[in-house]
Amino acid sequence: MSKEFIKGNEAIAEAAVRAGCRFFAGYPITPQNDIPEYLSKRLFEVGGNFIQGESEVASVNMVFGVAATGIRSMTSSSGPGLALKAEGISNLAGARVPSVVVNVARGGPAIGTILTAQQDYLSATKAPAPGGFKCFVLAPATVQEAADLVYEAFDIADKYRTPVYVLADGMTGNMMEVVELPPMRELSELPSKDDWRVNKLEQDGNFRSISSYSPTAEGLQEMNEASEAMYQQWDKEEQRWEAFMMDDAEYVVTGYGSSGRIAKSAVKELRAQGIKAGLIRPITLVPFPKDAFDQIDYGRIKEIFVAEMSIPAQYADDVRWATKSKLEIISVLTSGGVILETEAIVDAVKERV
Amino acid sequence: MPKIEVDKEFCKSCGLCTVQCPKKIIKIGNVVNSKGYNIAEQTDESQCTGCKLCAIVCPDMAIVVYK
Amino acid sequence: MNVVYGSPSFTSEVMGTGYCPGCGHGTVHKLLAEVVEELSVREKTVLCYPIGCAGLGGGWTNLNTLSCAHGRAGAVATAVKKTNQDNVIIAYQGDGDLAAIGMAETMHAANRGENITVIFINNTNFGMTGGQMAPTTLIGQKATTSPDGRDLERHGAPFKMAELIAKLEAPKFVGRYAVHDAKNAIKTKAAIKKGLQMQLDKKGYSFIEVLSVCPTNWKKNPLDSAKYIDEVVSKTYPLGVYKDVE
Ligand code: SF4
Ligand code: SF4
Ligand code: SF4
Repeated sequence: MSKEFIKGNEAIAEAAVRAGCRFFAGYPITPQNDIPEYLSKRLFEVGGNFIQGESEVASVNMVFGVAATGIRSMTSSSGPGLALKAEGISNLAGARVPSVVVNVARGGPAIGTILTAQQDYLSATKAPAPGGFKCFVLAPATVQEAADLVYEAFDIADKYRTPVYVLADGMTGNMMEVVELPPMRELSELPSKDDWRVNKLEQDGNFRSISSYSPTAEGLQEMNEASEAMYQQWDKEEQRWEAFMMDDAEYVVTGYGSSGRIAKSAVKELRAQGIKAGLIRPITLVPFPKDAFDQIDYGRIKEIFVAEMSIPAQYADDVRWATKSKLEIISVLTSGGVILETEAIVDAVKERV
Repeated sequence: MPKIEVDKEFCKSCGLCTVQCPKKIIKIGNVVNSKGYNIAEQTDESQCTGCKLCAIVCPDMAIVVYK
Repeated sequence: MNVVYGSPSFTSEVMGTGYCPGCGHGTVHKLLAEVVEELSVREKTVLCYPIGCAGLGGGWTNLNTLSCAHGRAGAVATAVKKTNQDNVIIAYQGDGDLAAIGMAETMHAANRGENITVIFINNTNFGMTGGQMAPTTLIGQKATTSPDGRDLERHGAPFKMAELIAKLEAPKFVGRYAVHDAKNAIKTKAAIKKGLQMQLDKKGYSFIEVLSVCPTNWKKNPLDSAKYIDEVVSKTYPLGVYKDVE
């Protein structure tokens, strides 16, 4: 293990390489440019490949092709680029191609701003593209967690043969922190893809096809049922969150990613002032950690404060669903690149005490 | 002696082989396959030179040539 | 008596194609499969398939198939080849796929000169969706979205892809062929074989445009469609080798 003072985007890139990622394709967009820049050199040092695609669309499709041959592959972008990648992501999901897609989110809609924001919750977790599918979505709150989750994302992708979407944001991507980087994986230790990769014939000599297409209605229904079974397995086995000071909490603050980190500071501040606050911070957004909210003592807690750098609120809708509307939701929101202040959350809670 | 065989089920009655044959010994016949296509047939096997042109142009891989 | 011509061993066992009677896609599939067999490269061949009629065709050649999003086969093929240099990578695309929605990917793949073979089926319309105007539709040719015929002022001129690609620096072999008769089909097969052999010899990018009939949407029988290639289509799109710097 090595400790380094490193920028979030570079930590994401290096963690990917250490996880065995040997192909990256991407297209420039702020605030994630350090990722392709870093990998354009680093991947060749480890015998991998890097392509700057002619567009976001081309880049995600390059990842589709390479990942289908069993090579760990990644693309990254930010909101407007993710919109362009959306069809490719649906192809990754529909054809069950393991891959990692990173979004270093910025403000929207559309071009919006290059500054950090969390306006992509719905597009990441609900409907990145047509057809009804889910990506496994991870939301890091610190540079360390970004490195750890990207590293693990490749294992999750392989385990389920699914695209894994890492929803970071401009704040985490561009912040420098001391990080313990994960160890370099030997490619020979990675799971074999010989039973499905496209550049190998079946044992009986017949061809393989990697496709999101089915020639028959029943065939497509079967493919979708298989994906649905996977989503249910995620729900049962993969929900992940951080609960902090929840045991005796009377006020719950929740947020994911950078907002979760800021919310944690707010909880510490409230505790210092003698207010019994607690934090729920989702680490997986898909599967949504609804068990965390089921464990709330609804006799003791009446309100939940949802911190989010998005207007309109997006994550708050899932909190309402997960709490079965048993709590009053108080949103603390910023947008457009305005960073949420710890004080804003502290004040919102204190108003209710 | 050279001859051709037309796979009854693959033939789609497009007729390309009939104009291609230098000996003009293929025609669309009266036999209908399970998909409803009248299949191509060789009318005079004795004239066949085994030149393969009919089979090469066939889009449906329906013709096998023997020599 | 010996079989002197039959479909490649691995196609015949699978099934016939599902294309319309006379459709050139089937002929090109067969020629490609023959070449793959003759070069003994089936184990390492990956076909990057398009969206469109040919998108159905993966299984009909019994070759490993990646079905690419509409227009993206050029990008997919580039990346697969870069990371799997021993594989034989073929992008097989129609005119809507390659010259309309996939124009950027097509031109950039050609310009990078990746060591792949692109087979471009030009039948002057969007076949699968029912005969809409394509970038390749001829001036005056009626399509369902150009009911009065393609008009130079209103729609622009047909894209001549082989000529365009040949102008780029990187491509090594570019030609336009046809499959409506045996003589042309033989030449097409030779071109495909040359393209694949160039890949094996690491010689670079090859682009093989094939004029193909679409009897269904041209509303002509297969024989008249074949004549239409000779008498009309090949006048706008002359057959021949446009670049050969092997
Ligand atoms: S092999 Fe030649 S001569 Fe014989 S039927 Fe075919 S085209 Fe005619
Ligand atoms: S070319 Fe083939 S499909 Fe067409 S009529 Fe002849 S045998 Fe049948
Ligand atoms: S619609 Fe045209 S291109 Fe498509 S299969 Fe039929 S003839 Fe071929």
